[in-house]
Amino acid sequence: MIPLLFFSLKGYAQTSTEKLPPVTDYAEKLDTLYHFLVGISVVSCILVIVAFAYFSIRYRRKSEKEQGSAKVSHNTLLEFIWSFIPLVIFAVAFVWGWILYYDFKRPPENSLEIHVYGQMWNWTFVYKNGKKTTNEFYVPSHKPVKLIMTSKDVLHSFFIPTFRIKQDVVPGIYTSLWFKANRKGKFQVFCTEFCGTGHANMLARMHVVSLKEWEDWLAHDPYKGLSLAEIGKKAFQGRCTVCHTTTKEKRIGPGLSGLMGAKREFTNGKSLMVDENYLRESILNPSEKIVVGFPNQMTPFAGTLSEEELSGLIEYIKTLK
Amino acid sequence: METKPSPQTKPLAHHFDSYEQQESAGTLGMWLFLCTEILMFGGLFVGYVLYHSLYPEIFKAGATFLEWKKGGINTVVLLISSFTMALSIYYAQKNKMKACRMSLILTLFCGLLFMLIKYMEYSHKMHVGIFPGKFFAYTGEGNVEGLALYFSFYYLMTGLHASHVLAGMGLIGWALFRAFQNKIGPNNYKPLEYVGLFWHLVDLIWIYLFPLLYLVE
Amino acid sequence: MAENKNYLNWQKGISSWLLTLDHKRIGILYMITIFSFFLIGGIFALLMRLELFSAGEDFIKTDFYNQAMTYHGAIMVFMVIIPGIPAFLGNFFLPLQIGAKDVAFPRVNLLSWYCLVTGALIACFSLVLNGVDTGWTFYTPYSIRTSTSVIPVVLGAFIMGFSSILTGLNFIVTIHKLRAPGMTFFRMPLFVWSLYSTAIIQILATPVLAITLLLLIAERVLGVGIFDPNLGGDPILFQHFFWFYSHPAVYIMILPAMGIISELIVAFSRQNIFGYKSIVMASIGIAAVSFFVWGHHLFVSGQSEWAGIIFSGLTMLVGVPTAVKVFNWTATLYKGSLKFDTPLLYAMGFLFLFLIGGVTGIILATIAADVHLHDTYFVVAHFHYVMVGGTLMAIMGGFYYWLPKMFGRMYNELWGRVSFALIFIGFNVTFFPQFILGAEGMPRRYADYPLPYEPLNQLSTLGSWFIGGGFVVALIAIVWAIFKGPKAPANPWGAKTLEWETTSPPPHENFSETPQVTTGPYHYGN
Repeated sequence: MIPLLFFSLKGYAQTSTEKLPPVTDYAEKLDTLYHFLVGISVVSCILVIVAFAYFSIRYRRKSEKEQGSAKVSHNTLLEFIWSFIPLVIFAVAFVWGWILYYDFKRPPENSLEIHVYGQMWNWTFVYKNGKKTTNEFYVPSHKPVKLIMTSKDVLHSFFIPTFRIKQDVVPGIYTSLWFKANRKGKFQVFCTEFCGTGHANMLARMHVVSLKEWEDWLAHDPYKGLSLAEIGKKAFQGRCTVCHTTTKEKRIGPGLSGLMGAKREFTNGKSLMVDENYLRESILNPSEKIVVGFPNQMTPFAGTLSEEELSGLIEYIKTLK
Repeated sequence: METKPSPQTKPLAHHFDSYEQQESAGTLGMWLFLCTEILMFGGLFVGYVLYHSLYPEIFKAGATFLEWKKGGINTVVLLISSFTMALSIYYAQKNKMKACRMSLILTLFCGLLFMLIKYMEYSHKMHVGIFPGKFFAYTGEGNVEGLALYFSFYYLMTGLHASHVLAGMGLIGWALFRAFQNKIGPNNYKPLEYVGLFWHLVDLIWIYLFPLLYLVE
Repeated sequence: MAENKNYLNWQKGISSWLLTLDHKRIGILYMITIFSFFLIGGIFALLMRLELFSAGEDFIKTDFYNQAMTYHGAIMVFMVIIPGIPAFLGNFFLPLQIGAKDVAFPRVNLLSWYCLVTGALIACFSLVLNGVDTGWTFYTPYSIRTSTSVIPVVLGAFIMGFSSILTGLNFIVTIHKLRAPGMTFFRMPLFVWSLYSTAIIQILATPVLAITLLLLIAERVLGVGIFDPNLGGDPILFQHFFWFYSHPAVYIMILPAMGIISELIVAFSRQNIFGYKSIVMASIGIAAVSFFVWGHHLFVSGQSEWAGIIFSGLTMLVGVPTAVKVFNWTATLYKGSLKFDTPLLYAMGFLFLFLIGGVTGIILATIAADVHLHDTYFVVAHFHYVMVGGTLMAIMGGFYYWLPKMFGRMYNELWGRVSFALIFIGFNVTFFPQFILGAEGMPRRYADYPLPYEPLNQLSTLGSWFIGGGFVVALIAIVWAIFKGPKAPANPWGAKTLEWETTSPPPHENFSETPQVTTGPYHYGN
């Protein structure tokens, strides 16, 4: 049992860094701290476990009448020592953690700023020039980036495992995260604060590219030369797919195929035929009319969609027969 | 001490060795229970202090809606009731059971009066649309942005307190019933004392609520 | 047969149980309640692990997974682990260990059982409505917005809170007022001390939970806006309120477990505990510090930087008395006369698992490390090592230890050991991989996960079946022991605390004559 555990402990110290190679200076420093903590944990666990194991074998009861034979019931010096040593170790861990946390909390002055909106269940990224993306975002390497985040509905949490950073995204206030990536690549972002049905699907992907590539990307209008319906299709991807299918299949919300012109019955007893105005209202202010059989769960998209995207989405829904 | 046997019975539970032990256990238990009550209200008070420091103007505006005269009368009513409550215990100890019952009836009456005035205050506010939280519908004079939040606190704090007044009245009613049954007397006044402790706590909480809600600047 | 009159047979009929004022019978009522809910909570856990066996939505629907996650947490916390030791074993053995005839307020004691049952039934009633999917922490604003049935669960937890408060109140008064002649505070067994420090937390912290839950109900019914950002409220305030209770509640769960472990290690090494007073002081110290560490659940919530740092430092302080206890237990084994019966196996299991739970707690208390590990499976593994590896091991160990006293019958040693082995190995296989998953970034409360996390999740699910099997074996062995086990003597272990001086099972009033205490609790020959 003990060797098995030792190896799994060892394995666990290694895998965490092998599968998620540190990409930022901060992540590297954090890994050093983490290895220190795991190392000292393993050593102290082994010391105590060896003591258990040795005593367990050495002092097994030999006869039914036997009693324990330790003469001492306490030893002040010994007890002081074994309180003091952990205290010192804990103090080291505390201060070390504090030093890193101090960095974590202080984005450099010249950081590139990106606004992030969390909502059930997608992430919207808004750049200084007004460009918006959903669930995918691009940042330049070797440049500090600061994310200014807020939520449109419930608590979310923005977690980039490879960068070892995480911050809750709270409605009503701004929270922030910063990082400086040292190499290019694609990195996973999770939502780590439970936010309902789509929680596990509220993923985003971060692309770290060179400054030049990033500037080109930023200047590029992804909708250029596309028809309205094609713009709508692009806007639909990722943003809507957690809850809506393009077939008739019901997910958290209704499937969108054949929706245009269909009759909808609402929880307030009224009903209507789906038209452009209804679609527009349902996207911007979904709680207004709730279709029977569905939860009142969709977060309003007012403010995160441009007028062009909105028209595009309506045209795209019309194409879904 | 045992020279004048009184008609009241004083039951000793099987697991206690003596009356002293039983009584001191009861007293300690009651005080611990009062601690939990204070902590429960404490949570609300912490919330109040926090939001008051965030939005002092809302709380100031809110207080102008409350009638400090009615609140003041209620404070006096509760103070009197605490006094009559204490009197009833005193009379029970002195075996003046008639006076004891009279004081309890007075206490009960004061509680009722308090609730009546509270009802008048509530109904007046609800009449003009001052409801708690999302039902807040007041649009008249003196309305400020966020006033609903003040009234959320108002209704929560006074509501929780009023529920305690009702519980206290229930307990006093029970004590009165026991007094009529002759089950409370100089040898057995502890239950009355516990009811009294609870009632004093209810009074004490109001003494904090009144300035915080009605007189806040 | 007059000499066989005991608390089990001195009255008969259902109502003699449901209206009993005997602390021992109330303890048995709690036992049945708690183990029933443990079974339900366990089934939810197995369902979750089954869904997580492979990536994708394959065995149960995501919405149902989220509900299973919530019910597993809420049931295990509010209906199993919090009342588990104090209300079941504590109720039964606290009066016995201090030589009292009963707890101070037997009626209140019965009332608190009814509070638990009522609250639990109301909470479970939500299952036939829309279920609830907020997680057991009910974080706002999600708990305000969700269309599921939050109110019955919150109301149930509120009522169960009274059960906890009343039990704590009863214990404090009992310990202060009902000790047998000669039973000074420093002659009390360590289990009693641990219940005492637990009771202090129950009294001081639970009322804050009560008001928090009331506010949450008001928020849903009236929209009062205190926790709702749309109305000017602060959702993080809810977390502060909630953890102001729920962090001390963690010690409501673990302190009595530590008390049991002290008893077990002493009884099965047959010598006095090493450092009695420092263990007592550690219990009180943990209870005191526990009120000032709640903010370590909020390191990434958006609370202020300084708050985070202070809470990190204070949390480290809890580590010291905890470490002291572990060292004292280890030292008690030294030169003992150790017999590895099932209770001691559970105690050793506790030491082993609690050690891992403890050191990973220090990792999480280190604020920068927590930024990475917060809300990942690392946290899930950590608190299962403490709650299951700690508290549940202690409940099981204590149950086997005191079973002869409670029912006058012995369990089967072989089956006791087999079930221990299954649970212990299964536990490690289930939860150890979760440390690795968490360090690799797998978030908790995910019904689905990216493919690279699959192999370790499969291992974890495999382990959960061993745990399940282990508890089934334990259940059969215990039920067999209670009804068919061989008759137990008054003191099968040669233990020294007072409960072993009366007959097994004890008579209605516990002792035929009030015991006179002249020594400390563990006066072995040396």
